[in-house]
Amino acid sequence: MNARRPYIRPMTRWYLRDPFFIEYMAHEGTAVFVWLFALELLAGLVCLALGEAAWNGFLAWLGWLPARLANGLILLMLLYHGITWFLILPRTIPPVRVGHARVPGWVLSGAGMLAMVAASAALAVGAAWLAQGGL
Amino acid sequence: MKPQTKTVAVLRYRPEQDTEPFWQEYEVPFADDTSVLAALNYIKDELDGTLSFRWSCRQAICGSCGFMIAGKPRLACKSFLREFPGKVTVEALAHFPIERDLVVVMDDFIAKIERVKPWLMPREERSPDAGEYRQTPQEMSLYEQFAGCINCGLCYAACPQVGLNPDFLGPAAIALLHRYNLDSRDGGSEARKQLINAEVGVFNCTAVGYCSAVCPKMVDPANAVNVNKMNSARDYFFRFLPRPGNKGDCQ
Repeated sequence: MNARRPYIRPMTRWYLRDPFFIEYMAHEGTAVFVWLFALELLAGLVCLALGEAAWNGFLAWLGWLPARLANGLILLMLLYHGITWFLILPRTIPPVRVGHARVPGWVLSGAGMLAMVAASAALAVGAAWLAQGGL
Repeated sequence: MKPQTKTVAVLRYRPEQDTEPFWQEYEVPFADDTSVLAALNYIKDELDGTLSFRWSCRQAICGSCGFMIAGKPRLACKSFLREFPGKVTVEALAHFPIERDLVVVMDDFIAKIERVKPWLMPREERSPDAGEYRQTPQEMSLYEQFAGCINCGLCYAACPQVGLNPDFLGPAAIALLHRYNLDSRDGGSEARKQLINAEVGVFNCTAVGYCSAVCPKMVDPANAVNVNKMNSARDYFFRFLPRPGNKGDCQ
């Protein structure tokens, strides 16, 4: 008779077992807010195409306090998503080499975050310039 | 002076008499240099000879003594009782079936390692008279860190996808596959392609990244898996374009 009887442990609620998994679920979960913001941008674009009345309606929505609070929350979640995305970047791209030396992961993450800040700043400055009547 | 002691709780499972695992606590005397492995050996030698666990080298080389220590995958020889405030829990590696106590069934893990064809398939056949297959330090540096794997299984215990889908090839096997694919002397990438490009190859990975965080040998299996996702996608979309040059060539 075979006395072997291997025991397989259940995977129920595995995402709560380790702080690493909780953080993983949190940064993956913030992708929902990226999707929500994309929907809002799309709605704005559709309103713009529909004409002045629709566009003014969209602007009114943006000024509505609950919408402003929701967009504030979306901004925070997007920042968290962006930062954690760049933190895991060194694990997901091929090693970057300068000469024979491999660029350390923290340099890649830092460069990514700096690029994110620079792109956001350029966008903000450009938008402000357009709002002032540029072009 | 009476030595200080620590409570070590071990998840026991004796298949001939237990229907499921249970926790058993032992009081173990310890000093600053008492490893968890030394504590387990103390329990085995002095308190309870029925406790089963694997171990061998005591210096993080053999990869035998991987357990869930305080809930995280660690080598018992590389973990010390002094690091854990209060009680220390020791459990068999997660995501592996428990054979007995802290001993897990490694058969599936070993089969996955074998499936990636982890040996050099020479790019060009040479007779011994033609001399050895030579490699520059730069060519070696491409795969060196992936060659550090000791098959301890900690990365499988860290990977929730392995636990959710036992068919997933898993971090260590993919890191080993990557190690041979990156080797300038090897020509076996094509032979390994079907396995790595399959859904249970790289695409079961959801980039949790814990595999690389727990590796006791600083291997980065998450990088091996994710680089191969890119390679696999490129292989699919650009399969009609000319192949890249030899490994280690200027890019």
